[in-house]
Amino acid sequence: MSSDDKRDKRGLKIFKNRLNWPGVPAFTWFFIFVFLPTLIVLVLSFMKRGTYGGIEWQGQWENYGRLWDTTYFKIFWESLKLASSTATLCFLLGFPVAWAIATVGQRWRNILLLMIAIPFLTNLMIRVYAIKVLMGQDGPIQWLLASLGIPFDPFQLSQNKALVIYGMTTTYLPFMVFPLYSALEKFDFGLVEAAQDLRASSWTIATKIILPNIRQGVANGLILVFVPCMGEFVIPDLLGGAKVMLLGNVLTEQFLKFRHWPFGAAISCFLIMCLLFFPWLINRLVVGNKKLYGEKSP
Amino acid sequence: MSERFRPKPPRLVFVVLASVLFLLYLPIMVMMVNSFLDKVGGQYAWTLHWYGDVFGDSGLVVALERSVMVALTSSAGSVLLGTGAALSLARGDSRYRKMLEQLSLTSLIIPELVFALALLLWFFVINLSLSLFTVIIAHITFCLSFSILTIGGRLDTLDRSLDDGARDLGASDWQILTKITIPLLAPAILSSFVLSFLLSFDDFLITFFTNGPGSDTLPIKLYGSIKTGVTPKISALSSMMFLFSVLVIFGMKDVSGFFKSEKK
Repeated sequence: MSSDDKRDKRGLKIFKNRLNWPGVPAFTWFFIFVFLPTLIVLVLSFMKRGTYGGIEWQGQWENYGRLWDTTYFKIFWESLKLASSTATLCFLLGFPVAWAIATVGQRWRNILLLMIAIPFLTNLMIRVYAIKVLMGQDGPIQWLLASLGIPFDPFQLSQNKALVIYGMTTTYLPFMVFPLYSALEKFDFGLVEAAQDLRASSWTIATKIILPNIRQGVANGLILVFVPCMGEFVIPDLLGGAKVMLLGNVLTEQFLKFRHWPFGAAISCFLIMCLLFFPWLINRLVVGNKKLYGEKSP
Repeated sequence: MSERFRPKPPRLVFVVLASVLFLLYLPIMVMMVNSFLDKVGGQYAWTLHWYGDVFGDSGLVVALERSVMVALTSSAGSVLLGTGAALSLARGDSRYRKMLEQLSLTSLIIPELVFALALLLWFFVINLSLSLFTVIIAHITFCLSFSILTIGGRLDTLDRSLDDGARDLGASDWQILTKITIPLLAPAILSSFVLSFLLSFDDFLITFFTNGPGSDTLPIKLYGSIKTGVTPKISALSSMMFLFSVLVIFGMKDVSGFFKSEKK
């Protein structure tokens, strides 16, 4: 027995060492094209803008000081509002969707999961463009409004905040449905049966029985939607007519229009900080420290 | 394995499901109808000529070729690097494994826009001028983590005793790798190739920032035309791109497996 163990361990160790090399190219690649660029952004955020754009290598804090300007505070607030309303809406729609998917038969479950996944795997541009077709001139909505005799502004109709929310919600919904669904897969539906026997209403079942039990899934879904929404640039740009400034637009402008790269880098760092802070906050608010009765510690 | 009975939710839940699906697919349906419509003197007629126009537009065809070229190259690159990384992650030394895992995770969670701008800066700093070459580098980078996830997920399910058995029969490590592990990984390698292809083919944001002048890919062209307005020709192009993606997804059996392995 013991000699076998020894041989096994030695054999495994040699095997393990030999299998370090296949990861080396990927490691190097990540180091050069993920680690170093991120590091450069951090370093750059403390530098000065050159006279004609570009970079002057001179350390200073000014870029971060500028972030506290009220203009940027407003922009941050707008992004926060958009991200939280998208996340909330995704949850309100995503929870019933996940609940329905989890309770239908296996065949339908796969079909529905695929139908929710398809938007995630098809081109964002196409989906945004399709919304434009829907709302644009000669589109069915404008035709409907016109034939009902309701006055409208065609320009206003094809570019507004509600459309941005529509675009964002439909884009990020899969990120909410999948974590919720996988949490429901592990959920014991016997509890629902028991609650029904005790004449609990559907509302009580949803809010007092299912949701508290899948709150880690809820938190994961909220994080997965919220985080990319904070830095979203394409959807508000195309559907909102870029009337409301958001972190994404400002960041892009600093880089491409004003060519103030160090300040753009500072905004990027700020965005990364946000994206570390908010998941922590969401987890804290949704999951908390309290354990449910009879729940095993993770 | 039979599943426990799951009580049906209230009807409202299915109403929400139906409305969500309706809202998800309505614009796409309208776009498809739009691509078949021709307006002649205020009257609508069915037509196919917009589809012909797409292929008659040399700008669009060139952009399509570019997109396919970029997607093929970057998915090949990401699968090659990803397979190696997944092997090391599953069977390498633990300290080195942790670092690799962390780097891969960083590239997954970093906001897309920040990543695109960071790469733009980096290319400037190392004095690499923007072209399709930089686009391919960027695409390989963001596809790589997905490849590692897909292939690594499959690698975790492989039976380790196969390796031991082969070794007992005198196989070398190299033989185990090429004759046993890689063939067993083939389906995962294929689906990660397809996934990378789709991710790269559909990418707008990262291409937008790392692209050089005069080498627009299809999504970049689309972005430009969305800014100028809706035309049936672009609807026809978009409908074809949408159907292409859907066909690829249906062709990929492992797609549901991918989602299942991603969330633990």
